[in-house]
Amino acid sequence: MMAATVAAIVVQRNLFSVVVLAGVYSFLMATVLVALDAVDVGMTEASVGAGISTVLLLGALYLAGGEEAKPLVRPWLPLTVSAVVVGALVYGSLGLPAFSDPDAPPHKHVVPRYLQQGPVETGVPNIVTAVLASYRGYDTLGEVVVVFTAGIGVIALLRGVARRRERRP
Amino acid sequence: MRGELVLRVIAKLLIPYMLLFALYVQFHGDFGPGGGFQAGVITAAAVIFYALIFGLPEARRLVPDAVVETMVALGVLIYLGVGFAGLALGGNYLDYFVLARDPVDGQHRGIFWVELGVLVTVAGVMLKIFYIFAARPRADEQ
Repeated sequence: MMAATVAAIVVQRNLFSVVVLAGVYSFLMATVLVALDAVDVGMTEASVGAGISTVLLLGALYLAGGEEAKPLVRPWLPLTVSAVVVGALVYGSLGLPAFSDPDAPPHKHVVPRYLQQGPVETGVPNIVTAVLASYRGYDTLGEVVVVFTAGIGVIALLRGVARRRERRP
Repeated sequence: MRGELVLRVIAKLLIPYMLLFALYVQFHGDFGPGGGFQAGVITAAAVIFYALIFGLPEARRLVPDAVVETMVALGVLIYLGVGFAGLALGGNYLDYFVLARDPVDGQHRGIFWVELGVLVTVAGVMLKIFYIFAARPRADEQ
């Protein structure tokens, strides 16, 4: 079903349908994540991917118009680069440990300690929250600063444009 | 969409519950799925919903730009402040164990404030981006 959605997104020329289909894809992805027991990530995907970004893309679409323009040149070079990168990534993923292999290196390093000591040390039953806010507090601080920088960047780029336009009669 | 009676009534019914759900996701994040990022996005979505139904000027009157821009920076400052509070109480940066007499209580307190900082910044940034996009004139109207 996700593959069908992606195919429809690629074929579709009406950008409104593309945005709505991207929202559909996000909801399907959230379902997959819930099925994988990653409820926190699934929730983020549903709220950010399907909710806010759909609204923002629709807002951008309202500004830019709804039909995709025909490309001026055939983009063979970007297509080749994309194909090579995809090939390299697929080749690299062949070397990864099998899906949900309990002996995989990531599951041997600090994960057992987090799972066993996390509830005792932090008193927080949700391990995701304990790791995110406590053990990996620095990383989350970095993420918040990234979000902050994105906001500041948008303000710096777009608010100036709006002001200048207001001044012009 | 200001004239649509059904939409207005439904929006007025739903928005309090959206905000309540955001608070639930925020403060129940210790026990169930959720946390600052998700709650911040849901909070922003509630205000965006309000803006879609009642119009952008009305939403800007409810949550003014100055408040939103303050939120963008305030969340990061709350997060940084938790780190400095740990330093001031004799621990390392972002060390929650020293925030209360009982280390586990200290962890609870630290996680609470850190998640609050995340919520404030995320909600502020999402709202600000929406406000800026929604306030721009269309390309063919300039």
